[in-house]
Amino acid sequence: MTPLLNVSDVRKYFPIRKGVFLRREVGRVHAVDGVSLQVRAGETLGIVGESGCGKSTLARCVTGLYPVTSGSIEFDGAPIGGKGFRRDVQMIFQDPYGSLNPRRRVGSIIADPLVIHRIGNAAERRRRVQELMELVGLNPEHFNRFPAEFSGGQRQRIGIARALASRPRLVVCDEPVSALDVSIQAQVINLLKDLQAELGLTYVFIAHDLSVVRYVSDRVAVMYLGRIVEIAPGEDLYKTPRHPYTNALLSAASVADPDLSARRERIVLTGDVPSPITPPSGCRFHPRCPKAQARCVREDPLLLPGGDHSAACHFPVVPGERLGAEHAGIPQESTEPGLGRTEPDRGGE
Amino acid sequence: MTRFIIRRVLFGVIVLWLVATTVFLLFFAGPADNVARRLAGPRAPMEVIEQIKDTLGLNRSMWEQYASFLGNLLHGDLGISFISQTPVTTLIMQSLPGTLWLVAGAAVLWMAAGITGGVISAVRPRSVLDRTTTVLVLAGISLPTFVLGMLMVYLALSVFPWTGLQPGPYISPLLDLKGFLQVMIMPWVCLAVVQAAVYVRLTRGSMLDTLGEDYIRTARAKGAPERRVTYRHGLRAALTPVVTQFGVDIGTLLGGVVVTESVFGLQGLGQLMIRSVRYGDLPVIIGAAILASAFIVVANIVVDVAYSFLDPRVRLA
Amino acid sequence: MSLTDASAEAEHVPEEAPAVRGKGPWRLAWERLARDRAAMVSLGVIAVIVLLALLAPVFAAITGHDPQAQFPETGLTPEGLPVGPGSDFWLGADSLGRDLFIRILYGARISLLVGLLSTLLATVFGIVAGMVAGFYGGWVDGVLARVLDVVLSFPYLLVAIVLVAALGASVPLMIFVIAFFSFAAMARVVRGQTIAYKEREFIEAARSMGAGKVRTMFVDVVPNLIAPVTVLATLLIPTSIVFEATLSFLGLGVDPRTASWGAILADSVDFYRVAPGLLVFPALMLLLTTLSFNLLGDGIRDALDPRSDRLLPGK
Repeated sequence: MTPLLNVSDVRKYFPIRKGVFLRREVGRVHAVDGVSLQVRAGETLGIVGESGCGKSTLARCVTGLYPVTSGSIEFDGAPIGGKGFRRDVQMIFQDPYGSLNPRRRVGSIIADPLVIHRIGNAAERRRRVQELMELVGLNPEHFNRFPAEFSGGQRQRIGIARALASRPRLVVCDEPVSALDVSIQAQVINLLKDLQAELGLTYVFIAHDLSVVRYVSDRVAVMYLGRIVEIAPGEDLYKTPRHPYTNALLSAASVADPDLSARRERIVLTGDVPSPITPPSGCRFHPRCPKAQARCVREDPLLLPGGDHSAACHFPVVPGERLGAEHAGIPQESTEPGLGRTEPDRGGE
Repeated sequence: MTRFIIRRVLFGVIVLWLVATTVFLLFFAGPADNVARRLAGPRAPMEVIEQIKDTLGLNRSMWEQYASFLGNLLHGDLGISFISQTPVTTLIMQSLPGTLWLVAGAAVLWMAAGITGGVISAVRPRSVLDRTTTVLVLAGISLPTFVLGMLMVYLALSVFPWTGLQPGPYISPLLDLKGFLQVMIMPWVCLAVVQAAVYVRLTRGSMLDTLGEDYIRTARAKGAPERRVTYRHGLRAALTPVVTQFGVDIGTLLGGVVVTESVFGLQGLGQLMIRSVRYGDLPVIIGAAILASAFIVVANIVVDVAYSFLDPRVRLA
Repeated sequence: MSLTDASAEAEHVPEEAPAVRGKGPWRLAWERLARDRAAMVSLGVIAVIVLLALLAPVFAAITGHDPQAQFPETGLTPEGLPVGPGSDFWLGADSLGRDLFIRILYGARISLLVGLLSTLLATVFGIVAGMVAGFYGGWVDGVLARVLDVVLSFPYLLVAIVLVAALGASVPLMIFVIAFFSFAAMARVVRGQTIAYKEREFIEAARSMGAGKVRTMFVDVVPNLIAPVTVLATLLIPTSIVFEATLSFLGLGVDPRTASWGAILADSVDFYRVAPGLLVFPALMLLLTTLSFNLLGDGIRDALDPRSDRLLPGK
């Protein structure tokens, strides 16, 4: 069966220009640097990573907001941007305040996709808008109000209603709850899950919060510096993470998650995320990786396609391995071959 | 930094060249007879027209004329006045002292009044003083310079004649200091009032912003005396945008000079231009306009460069 | 089912009001403006001035005084000086025996015409140029931004002097010069606002839905420009009126015989010591007009953006 969305080797570089007239290019931000993934119809693919890892850029490439530098994205077997693409793929944005025009009434905002794609007449659109508002749990009588009259959670519901107006098949959610209060987050996430069940939607769900992704996703991809480092079905990823970066992320999340903290210790990553303008050679994670070897500096690990659970790592973590604080991090300078730890640290059980 | 200055100067040269070209096209484009007629005025006899065509070389091709026009400008040769038959440069040099004194005095007044007013307003917001200054500011902004000037002349002559203030041509302070002051005080105040109003508003806003900053609160918290906080910490930072605006306003100032000189009969550059327009003395207008443009361009470069020393972010733009 | 759970969320739901139609930002702004006494008085004053300007011919008919007609017998004293205010000449006569009141009314027509027309032109072209430059960016935007900077660094009087010297004084030329400078100010503001809005997510949202650039500009950008443009336009009107008066005063504007406030004031120069009314009345009208527009503009700014710094603090 062909996947609904097929992303293969997509790269997105943002040129950095200098000068007033010549605008010569002095560098490039490697925001997305060779990402391949598939999304099957009806599933939710979660994408997690720290801020700046390129997950939002990837979302914007998938929805056709950014043209890709290289690689290809196919939706339903055809390259994106074709006829009906903008109807079938919709996006839910992170900021419920920034994503709704403050000067327009919500009814008109929700009707936007209908107007743009010339769906229905005025009366039908109005009926559809009220139906959508009811669907997302808003009072349909409020279609004449302005965004400012709604709370953050309600605004995000407006954004969801707008995204659903044209009956899309794929909805890309770009951190849809990270701007909301924790108490509201659960409600919006439940709404998204209910809508998926009811309307048979496919989601690409982007978040930096592992617990949110875990709750909604069938499969999860972990991104670091423009690459996918690990992709696996949700439970697998959380139970047996293979990439050291995934381990570190999970250990950071475990502080707030008693499920995880029971069996994991804290791994503190040293150093900052390297600049995406000059990404490190080899494995991008090697300057911060507790298990880095000379080979990691030289050789770029591949994320092998096929199989449910794959990690782009030369020395994947085996279950039960300890990556504790006392082991964490080779010194920053030791990115030279041979200066790193030569023996893989396979701490016993 | 050097590259920034070079770029800025280059841009200034381009602007000046565009100004000169525009002026050339405005006055000299078209058939020679039309141009000569425009220069000589509608009543000039045919011989004068011919003479003008001859002396200005209007029969040459446009490109030749353009080349010699630019060449003369570069040599500082601005031509000869039709009316007084003296070189334009001489006329301009004669009118320059009055204008320079006017600008200098007014600038000192308006900066002093503007900054003082703004600081008073900002330190005690919503006080009686603050409200009074605001009303004065609004009146100042709404009042055209020439109306204010006329009112001042009326008051000086009819109500307060004992002050000895009067409108009249510029008198050198070296020859007659008292006369100089009697002639200059009113134009200074007149030119300064409108600008001072703008600067009160600007200083007040900038000062209120600065006084709300964290480091001001820190200075207060550590027990620095209020005066010191306001003036040492607050005013210094608040003045940067004010000083920048001053540079930007040099152009506006030249406009104000024209009006003020006309109202008070001060024989400076502005009045020279107005008179020349009235008599159709085009070489003088062209010369003065290009000189004024050069002044504005240079002033803008100086301000930009000075500002880039204060705030390095500007250089990147 | 959890949909109902979700709708029973704990977050604040606005009280069910009988009128469902929400108060829009414009409605709220108008309500704030209506509470602003200074702005409302100014609006009233402007309305009266507009009315007087429109009714100028009616007053000319009532008094029987054409704005250009000279009345050497009734308008001048035997010594040849202008008569003061009275039942015949309501505000007195000028040095040529013309009716000052009627001339001031006709002057209002010129002032308002120039002020409104040049501001309208500047606003329309300023919005288009500023929005296109800001929205499309690129080298067009770079060039426009530089040109606006240069234009705004030159004084309008200098440009007016050169143009009048080359082309001769006329009302259309004056409107053009004033409109051009107002245009530069307007385009700069609109460009800045557009660039700021271009980065907002709702513009991206429109793009992701497949909205075209033109539609996005008109549906999503324009409504957000209305507030700053309205404020600036209201403040450009008095500036333009002052421009016009100054140009006419210097003899660079309208034909000197035309009744315009600047020309009336210029005419009064030699006579206002004997007849102060010649100076005071037109000056007062000019001041009243510009002050009213400034106060109104300030009030509108305050009503549209309650956080902004106000010129007149408090009520």
